Formats: sequence, structure tokens, C-alpha cells
Amino acid sequence: MSAQSTNGSEYPTTGNGTAAAENVLLDVRNLQKWFPITAGFFRRTVGHVRAVDDISFHVLQGETLGLVGESGCGKTTAGRCILRAYDLTGGQVFFQDHDGKMVDLGPLTNNEMKPYRQQLRMIFQDPFNSLNPRMPVIDIVGDPLKINKVAAGKELEDRVASLLARVGLRPEYMRRYPHAFSGGERQRIGIARALALDPRLVVADEAVSALDVSVRAQILNLIKDLQEEFNLTYIFVSHDLSVIEYICDRVVVMYVGKIVEVAETEELFAQPFHPYTEALLSAVPNPDPRMRQQKDRIVLEGDVADPANPPSGCYFHPRCRYVQDQCSLETPELREIAPGHFAACHFAEELTLAGVTASGELG
Amino acid sequence: MESPVLIEIKNLKTHFFLDEGTVQAVNGVDFTIHQHKTLCVVGESGCGKSVTARSILQIVDQPGRIVEGEILYHRPFRLSAAGNGEWTSGETGANGNSTTEIIDLAALDPRGREIRAIRGQDISMIFQEPMTSLSPIHTVGNQITEAIKLHTDMLDDEADEHAVELLRRVGIPRPEERLGTYPFELSGGMRQRVMIAMALSCNPALLIADEPTTAVDVTTQAQILELLEELQDEYGMAIMLITHDLGVVAEMADDVVVMYLGQVAERGDVDSIFHDPKHPYTQSLLKSIPRLGVSRNRQRLDSIRGMVPDPYNRPSGCMFGPRCDHFMPGRCDAISPPAIPLGPGREVHCLLYEDE
Ligand SMILES: Nc1ncnc2c1ncn2[C@@H]1O[C@H](COP(=O)(O)OP(=O)(O)OP(=O)(O)O)[C@@H](O)[C@H]1O
Ligand SMILES: Nc1ncnc2c1ncn2[C@@H]1O[C@H](COP(=O)(O)OP(=O)(O)OP(=O)(O)O)[C@@H](O)[C@H]1O
Ligand code: SF4
Ligand code: SF4
Ligand SMILES: [Mg+2]
Ligand SMILES: [Mg+2]
Repeated sequence: MSAQSTNGSEYPTTGNGTAAAENVLLDVRNLQKWFPITAGFFRRTVGHVRAVDDISFHVLQGETLGLVGESGCGKTTAGRCILRAYDLTGGQVFFQDHDGKMVDLGPLTNNEMKPYRQQLRMIFQDPFNSLNPRMPVIDIVGDPLKINKVAAGKELEDRVASLLARVGLRPEYMRRYPHAFSGGERQRIGIARALALDPRLVVADEAVSALDVSVRAQILNLIKDLQEEFNLTYIFVSHDLSVIEYICDRVVVMYVGKIVEVAETEELFAQPFHPYTEALLSAVPNPDPRMRQQKDRIVLEGDVADPANPPSGCYFHPRCRYVQDQCSLETPELREIAPGHFAACHFAEELTLAGVTASGELG
Repeated sequence: MESPVLIEIKNLKTHFFLDEGTVQAVNGVDFTIHQHKTLCVVGESGCGKSVTARSILQIVDQPGRIVEGEILYHRPFRLSAAGNGEWTSGETGANGNSTTEIIDLAALDPRGREIRAIRGQDISMIFQEPMTSLSPIHTVGNQITEAIKLHTDMLDDEADEHAVELLRRVGIPRPEERLGTYPFELSGGMRQRVMIAMALSCNPALLIADEPTTAVDVTTQAQILELLEELQDEYGMAIMLITHDLGVVAEMADDVVVMYLGQVAERGDVDSIFHDPKHPYTQSLLKSIPRLGVSRNRQRLDSIRGMVPDPYNRPSGCMFGPRCDHFMPGRCDAISPPAIPLGPGREVHCLLYEDE
């Protein structure tokens, strides 16, 4: 199978660890996004923020892939590269066409991207920023339907009303403008908009962060239902690990622009192989005031790593409690430690790290 | 001993007057914030938490306004004159009341001098969506130092230094260099932390934090929550924390207010709310908390059945009635449940407890 567009790369057909090509909806290869750091009056480039620095992963059709990691580690940037809201600094983003061809979205022009825009949708992290303040909700949610000639007039209104109802918003709100909503209501408008066009891949960036547990449960159930109905595929970015645990089939853990661990969700939570993942799992607050003092939270000491000037060797070494001499000298590769479970740590096999046990306790 | 009262909210009503009708976003809310303590406010999306917070600062958006009620601010004073020192209350009189000045914030002119002097200086707020309060066209450094210079007598250099120190404490790498960046160059969580740094720059007597850590990972969140507790100890700051994360509530709160549809459903100390919840809404809220390692095998998550009622057609009687498992026909749809006291600072609005 060969895929093509103007000057994009061929999709390699011989496997190198990725799953069978027919199942792969998205295959991200060596993706890089660097932002220039400028200084002085002429805004001379003095360095680069390596927001995303050579990451590779794939997403299967109908799968939900989680993306977690420290604030600022490049999750949103990766999502925006996949949707080609940013030009790539390097790497490829292969997306499976309607007729099964793998197309590299990387080099496509804005015009060439058009047919894909409706198949790839993003739910933005900051709803306030991403909703047009001068449009009422009916237009925000309905315009994609109108532009793509899916519905018009009364039918359009009905479609919008039913979309709003599915995300738990009253259709009565349809004529209001974004500022007249609460944070969680605005977030749900963004969700309704992203789902309006029956997309194939949705990048959900902190899509449920502003919702209370009950409404969040309703939205997560909806997201699962749609997946079953339409074989939808999701990339789910979230800081809420209980959401990740519930919704994701596999999880990618990032640290300072790189992938440090990939595994099936259950595996990752039960038996992490990377010390950063362990620290992350240990910091989830326990919903019981009587447990306040009793938590074995791993406090990450030391400076937060800087993607413009990352540490030598393993990027996590200045904050890792298992650090050894080798760690600051050699960069650990992402390796398969157990079947389907990858980690980038020199000592992944030797360390015994704590995960989360089935009782919800740390073990 | 109970710590002194800082803010007393009495029967607060804030409504929005739209063409389609009136949205009773906050509709008769009572609660108290104590000095040096953390009060958490929880409740369903859209129940009026942010509007309550904005009412305290008199920054409710048009066409909304406070239509009834009082927000009594028992103003403490600074120990040092520098403009950012520790807070203390006045002498405690023989009757146990402090002699501090009391100001009704609800009665102040939203554009007047008095409330402007209180904003930022006495009470500051971390907004739910960072971009609502960060300017897209000014650098991060300018925005923080402006805030510092406005409310203290620090000079440029000192203000810069203070800004860098604050950014470091909220976990921003390379803070010196970050002063020159614009908000769009930051990740979602970094913006949120810049806003936290800004709000903390003048050591307010009350920090209102509206979902302050939704955009950061749990390790950074732990660091920020610890910072808040440290500043609370250092300066006697009170915190009103609005959050959906009941794990954060369990970790931070002294007291909890549970809201439903513009009203208080129940309030009390954190232990009672988690271990002896009375209101059926609180009970179902606690039941829907997903726990790590437990939700893994579940097919569907629990959510509270039904939908928030139409804002222009609110149910009669108890607002939670249409979704309540204990609904008593003829009573719950007829009587609006009054506050039923259960102990000091503890009350519930539910007819099940009327005879107790
Ligand atoms: N437009 C931009 N210009 C310059 N730097 C940027 C830009 N966008 C992002 N960055 C930088 O790239 C890094 C990654 O940012 P990104 O928004 O992808 O993080 P994130 O993982 O989504 O974090 P969060 O969880 O806080 O949202 C950060 O250091 C950020 O400052
Ligand atoms: N400017 C406005 N005009 C009209 N209605 C408004 C306005 N701002 C808020 N509302 C309505 O007031 C109600 C309360 O809003 P508020 O922002 O206080 O909710 P919240 O409890 O903070 O919710 P969330 O958890 O989703 O942020 C909502 O139903 C909202 O739609
Ligand atoms: S390689 Fe070394 S520093 Fe890096 S995570 Fe493993 S033990 Fe820690
Ligand atoms: S008053 Fe009635 S409807 Fe309201 S919460 Fe109590 S039992 Fe339920
Ligand atoms: Mg982000
Ligand atoms: Mg809010």
C-alpha cells in the first residue's frame, strides 16, 4: 500500500512495532514541534522551546488513547500538530483516508487539509478562548452543519437542540452568547460543536475538566456511546487520572516533550515502569478528609524541567528518586519492557514501582 | 477557638435579566468564611458558584446584578505598613466580637472607589478561565508587576524580583525569562499558574480561587495547594476554593458549602460533609466520585438522573425535587425547604430533617 500527496513521505508498510496497518487510524512518526525563542529589538532567534521532541505513537480505529503528563510537557502542542493547526518542525502524521490509504497530513496545504478538517476535530482546552464571543450557541454548534450542507432551517435547529440535550444543556439556551454561560456549560458547547459533524478522530484536550462528577459521568458515558455507535476514535488529554482510567484503552505518558511510557491502561495503573508515572499516580488526592496525613505522595523535588534547555541524559534525572550515575550521561530509549508496555528508563526492569491497586489504595 | 469571621453572606440573590426571562443564578445563599480558614464550594455545573464569587467582588457581568442580600466584610488590618504584610483582626471585645470595621460589599457601587480599593488588595480572585483575566497583548511580567505596584509601594526592581519569586513558587521553569513571554506562548496550566502568582502577589486577606488547578497535573497541583497552605499560615489568608475535584476538597477544606441551583443545599465542616452527608444531593454527589482502581471495570459511570431544570421554569418547592429519590409528593413540591440547623456552622435545606 502506498499513500500519497504532493511531497509527503510514503507510509512504511513493513512493521517496526506498530500494529497491522488496516487497523491504524493515525500513526504519528517522530513528530517534532519547536517554537523559536526570540530576543532583542529585532526578535532574533536565540533558542528553541522543544515543545514536542520526536514522539511516535499510533491510534487504532475505535480506540481511545490517553495522553497525560506534566503541565507544559507538550500535550496540547501534539494535538494541534495532528490537526495541523501548527506546521510541523519534523516528522509525519499519517491518517487513514476513507479508502484506507495512509496520508501524511504533515506537508498538506491549508486547501489540501480541507477534506480532513471535518473528520478530525478538536475539543479545546480553554473554551473561553475557542468560542466566538459574537456568535450565539445555535451558530457555534450549527455552523459546521450548515457549511457542510448537512442541515438547514428548522432541521438545523432540531439537530442543534438534540446535540445540546445530549451534553446536558437546555435547548432554551440556544440563542445565548458564550459569555452568558458557566465554565462547565461553555465546555459542553465545545463538545457539542466537535461532535456535530460525525468526525472520525476527536482530540479531546481537557474536555471534561470543568465539569462536576455527575455531569462529567454523563459526558463520559456519551463519549463511550458515540464510540460504540460510530466507531469513533479519541485522543484524550486529561490531568484527571480517574477519567483516563475509565475512558482510555491505552495511555501515553509524556515528560518534557518526550514519551516516557506507553501501556494498556490497566497495566499502566497497576504496574508503572517509569518513575515519573509512579510519582504521578501517587499524587492523586484521596477523596476522604480522614486520609489527609496518610498519603505516601512522592513529592517531586528540584526544578521543573525546561523544554528550551532540557537536562542531560534522562530528562527526569534531576527529580528522580532512583537516579544513578548513568542517568545524567545516557539518554534512555523507549523500550518494550513487557509485551505492549514501553518505558524510557535505564532501570525499568530492576525497579519495583508502586501502582494503584484495585481497592483504590496505593500499593 | 473559632477563628474570627471574615465574610458573612446573607440571603444573597444575584439575577441576570435577559430578554427571554430572568436567570436566578444565585437565589438566597447564606454562608460564612472565617479568617485563616479554607471554605470549599462544590455543586453541579451552572449552580451559581462563580456568580457567587463574582458577587463578592462586585464584578457580575451585565445584565446581571445583586438584587438582594448582604455580603458583610469584617475587614482585618495589616500588621506591617508595607502593604503586603500579615493580616490581623481588631481587638476582641468582651462580647467576643472583634472591633474590626464591617463593610457591606453588596451595597457598594460596583464602579466606586471603595470596592476598587478592596479588589486585589484585600480580596483577590483566580478566575476559572485564565484568558478572561490575562491580557493577550501584554507580557506576563508586565501584568504581574503592574498588579504588585498598584497595591504595594514596591519599586520596579523589587516588583520584578517578587514576580520572579512568585512564578518560581508556582512551578514555572526559567521564571526570569518567562517575564517577557505572552500568554499565548504558555501552556494551559502555565497560564493558570501565572494567574495564581498574580492573585497572590499582594497577600490578600481572602483569596477566591475558582477551579484553580483544573489545567495542571496532579503533581503540580499538589505543589500549588501546598503553596496556598503555606501562604495561609504566613499571612493568615482565608481561601474560598471552588472546585469539582472532591479529592482536593477532602485535602484542603475546613468547611464545605454544597450548592444546588442557586441555593445552598447543605453546609458544614469537611468531615461531616464526607462522612455524614444529609442532603440527598450531597449523598448522590459523593456516590458518583470515581475512585482510582475501582472504576476500571465498570461499564457505565453513575450520574445523578435527570437534568437541571429549565431556568425560566423552576420547579416549585424544593429545587432538587424532580431528581430526588426521597421526594415526598405534596410536601417537597409545595414547600421551599428552610435552613434546618444541625449544629454549629452545620445546616441542611431538606424537608426530611424538619422534625429533628
Ligand atoms: N505558541 C507558542 N509559542 C511559544 N511557546 C509555546 C507556544 N505554545 C506552547 N509553547 C510552549 O510549549 C510547551 C508545551 O506547551 P503545551 O501547551 O503543549 O503543554 P501541555 O502539555 O498542553 O500543558 P498543559 O497541561 O499545561 O496544558 C510549553 O513550554 C509552552 O510554553
Ligand atoms: N452573563 C450571564 N448571563 C446570563 N446567565 C448567566 C450569565 N453568567 C452566568 N449565567 C447563568 O448563571 C448560572 C450560574 O452560573 P455560574 O457561572 O455561577 O455557574 P458555576 O456554578 O460556576 O458553574 P461551573 O461549575 O460550570 O463553572 C448558569 O446557569 C449560567 O448559565
Ligand atoms: S533513567 Fe534514571 S533518572 Fe531516568 S527515570 Fe530511570 S532511574 Fe530515573
Ligand atoms: S426536600 Fe424533598 S425533594 Fe428536596 S432534597 Fe429533601 S427529600 Fe428531596
Ligand atoms: Mg494543554
Ligand atoms: Mg464556574
